[in-house]
Amino acid sequence: MKSGGGKTFFFLFSSTPPYFCQAMSFDPATLTRIANLARIDIPAAQLSGLGDNMASILSLIDQLQAVDTRGVMPLSHPLSVIGEMPLRLRADVVTTPDLREACLANAPQTEHGLFLVPKVIE
Amino acid sequence: MSAPNHPSGPDGSIAGLSRQLTSGQTTARALAEQSLARIGRQQALNAFLHVDAGLTLAEADAADRRLAAGERGPLLGIPVAHKDIFVTRGWRTTAGSNMLADYVSPFDATVVEKLRAAGMVCVGKLNCDEFAMGSSNENSAFGAVKNPWDPQRIPGGSSGGSAAAVAAGIVPASTGTDTGGSLRQPAAMCGITAIKPTYGRVSRYGMVAFASSLDQGGPMARTAEDCAYLLDAMAGFDERDATSLDSPEAKASILGGFQAQNASKHPQNKVFENLRIGLPKEFFADGLAPDVAARVQAAIAMFRAHGATVIDISLPRTTLAIPAYYVIAPAEASSNLSRFDGVRYGHRTDDYRDLNDMIAKSRAEGLGAEVQRRILTGAYVLSHGYYDAYYLQAQRVRRLIAQDFQDALKQCDLIMGPVAPTTAWKLGEKSNDPVAMYLEDIFTLGVSLAGLPGMSVPCGFDQQNLPIGLQIIGNYFDEPRMLSVAHQYQQLTDWHLRSPAGA
Repeated sequence: MKSGGGKTFFFLFSSTPPYFCQAMSFDPATLTRIANLARIDIPAAQLSGLGDNMASILSLIDQLQAVDTRGVMPLSHPLSVIGEMPLRLRADVVTTPDLREACLANAPQTEHGLFLVPKVIE
Repeated sequence: MSAPNHPSGPDGSIAGLSRQLTSGQTTARALAEQSLARIGRQQALNAFLHVDAGLTLAEADAADRRLAAGERGPLLGIPVAHKDIFVTRGWRTTAGSNMLADYVSPFDATVVEKLRAAGMVCVGKLNCDEFAMGSSNENSAFGAVKNPWDPQRIPGGSSGGSAAAVAAGIVPASTGTDTGGSLRQPAAMCGITAIKPTYGRVSRYGMVAFASSLDQGGPMARTAEDCAYLLDAMAGFDERDATSLDSPEAKASILGGFQAQNASKHPQNKVFENLRIGLPKEFFADGLAPDVAARVQAAIAMFRAHGATVIDISLPRTTLAIPAYYVIAPAEASSNLSRFDGVRYGHRTDDYRDLNDMIAKSRAEGLGAEVQRRILTGAYVLSHGYYDAYYLQAQRVRRLIAQDFQDALKQCDLIMGPVAPTTAWKLGEKSNDPVAMYLEDIFTLGVSLAGLPGMSVPCGFDQQNLPIGLQIIGNYFDEPRMLSVAHQYQQLTDWHLRSPAGA
């Protein structure tokens, strides 16, 4: 990611000193790599506009870098801020009803009770 | 003050309709037909995505049979409509997305099941931002919902259809979901009452997943009392949701707590005595619309005049909730939405070379621009080399934000402030600027990150006659007190009774 010139964003409600963020560019190679990870086909004509959007989103989330979080544990379950939130286990038994036909009915393509996909092994 | 243990609500509220049903003045079928007729008259709002009179009237007749058999309950025979994020057998569930345009779920969401068991009659599925991602309802693949107070304006989002349907008088109640403000903000912008419960109170089973550590379902209605009936029926432990809470606090009756709070004795004109309200100074900073600030301050003055103590507090990381949320929610979304691959359900492209190409093109065609942006943001912050700097850092900031709320709630019982910095903006005004839209969520995101319950209660109108919402934030499991305080406020005010022209 490299820094681009031009646009400057000022964020509402920022405490002093105000957050001024340089708009970064989100270069086409990075965008293409991420789009591939996310399995979304982005037409070439949309790469530039989407790159601008992504750059402004990154400018926003980059505010996190300025926060001193040394010694702070990441919080993944919100209520664990007040106590342990152990994962609940259940008995290893079948509890879901047989919804085979209803599930297959939503699939784009099925045959003999199976989901059909393009051939992956020659 | 009205008798606390009896339905005291106004005509058109759940409590009012329930009174008419049990006295035989009306039937579930008549109420359902009335809602269906109003859906027809108010089609320009674009609030509903699927209506099926046959299914609705069959449910209404079942409710009438239960009433005739002598069964009683505050929700029995009352019409409701579900946000199209809750899966339903019989009705399509689209999540506002072309990806799921024809999807019919093989099962009902727990919330849908519970409200039907309580006797509510489903009159349809409600429009929303695609996969609940948005603050304006403009991200629906099926067109924006219009605000009943001004059809040139957004209803808020993502539960925009849910809020508009209640505000327009089509249904007395609806369901919604809140990941970063999606119950509270549209409730504020449409002038109705809504509550996002403590994370884990309401089962997420059958709620199309957006960000699983944040998503919570909740009710929308005209009054706080109606929200108490609805939340009482929706909440409860559910084995099928791994994050459903089964602690004693989570299992305590919401309605029982609400009624006990209402019954507590106070000197006349001092109904809020012993209530300590914290006002975070960051919620009243520059950038808050003057009309919103004035109406919220007027509401606070009313609490104070009736005995409450008002305390200045600080939530110093209010601004940081925006970047923390817009890392964590997209990260979880990118993982949750990987299931849409055009194989087992959802849209599949017509033209592809191989499996990978099929998946990538199906997702490009089936998912809208904002959903794609969030998936890409999520994939980026979780990718090698960025995970620590963005995702883990955001989760550390999340802990600091949650801790700030705990520190503040040591000094006060409830926190109050605005729901949103402005009233409803014009359709199209921010739709091409994702970050401008994200900044509007500033007062709701922290509550979501902390998993706390939050409410929106109508507290006035701006100079353009657009509704303003007061946000009430409580500690974990304090919904009964929040609902009771809002209910007492609604006994003293009539903002929640105002209806837009044509409703």
